Amino acid sequence: MARVVVDVMLKPEILDPQGRAVHQALDRLGLVGVAQVRQGKHFVIDIAGDVSGEQRVLLEQLCAELLSNPVIEDYRLVIEPESPDGGLAAPASGS
Amino acid sequence: MTLTSIRVGVVTFPGSLDDDDAARAVRMAGGTAVSLWHGDADLRGVDAVVLPGGFSYGDYLRCGAIARFAPVMSVVIERAASGMPVLGICNGFQILCESGLLPGVLTRNDHRLFICRDQSLIVESTESSFTRDFSVGERIVIPVKNGEGCYVADDRVLDELEGEGRVVVRYADVNPNGSRRDIAGVRNAPGNVVGLMPHPEHAIESLTGASTDGLRFFTSALHGLVNA
Repeated sequence: MARVVVDVMLKPEILDPQGRAVHQALDRLGLVGVAQVRQGKHFVIDIAGDVSGEQRVLLEQLCAELLSNPVIEDYRLVIEPESPDGGLAAPASGS
Repeated sequence: MTLTSIRVGVVTFPGSLDDDDAARAVRMAGGTAVSLWHGDADLRGVDAVVLPGGFSYGDYLRCGAIARFAPVMSVVIERAASGMPVLGICNGFQILCESGLLPGVLTRNDHRLFICRDQSLIVESTESSFTRDFSVGERIVIPVKNGEGCYVADDRVLDELEGEGRVVVRYADVNPNGSRRDIAGVRNAPGNVVGLMPHPEHAIESLTGASTDGLRFFTSALHGLVNA
């Protein structure tokens, strides 16, 4: 099993009304010094077996055509390879 | 050729709301409305297509992002490229932007509220399949109802749209959603594809609408096709 993680964020110049609403709520709830909040999307796609070169190309294409709209959004695609025991590789970092 | 012989397809996606009203507007304008289904890659011999308002596929991912890949859209995109008139209203406009038939994107209203009001508009271009029955500079009233109607494109695209006269209608008096340059509707370069955030199909009868100005978007298409 391979895990594909895609993060989609609005481009910095695009207004983010949802992020702004969350910002106001954080202020109200006492979090001091919030400069900005941007809200994005996080996709976790588990794929049986390993990800082939062909699939990588298709994933890049689908990130730009379906999961994000390049007019207003940027995406980041990370493919975590299959670990030797057949499960997901341990994340490189984390708590 | 008579008006009633003109067949205008209205696509129903899962979550479409205004397909019945759009079909009724086609009939009120004198044409024949034909129901089209999102899952069929078949336009049933129509001469024009309306993508109605609503929340196709629940607006999941982004408005119009999933509808763009519906089987019916592959044929709509193909026929639009060869000149078939296509009108996208509200969610339909969002689908046209996502599919690349029109530039830009519709994003969440800047004030975050869903807005529903009778909206004054200025007609900016009559060089389109859906605005030929208007005159440039004409002021009309059409309802808007949207949560994600804020038209966004970069300055280069906006300058190009304005330079080529491709802004079809602009909000007057008040901008209801933060759209850049008060843009309420745009067209493609040839003029056969038009996207509108306001809902002309809700302004076709004095009994129920704020005006009957909306009817002329539909008669425009029919008159253009009957004279073709």
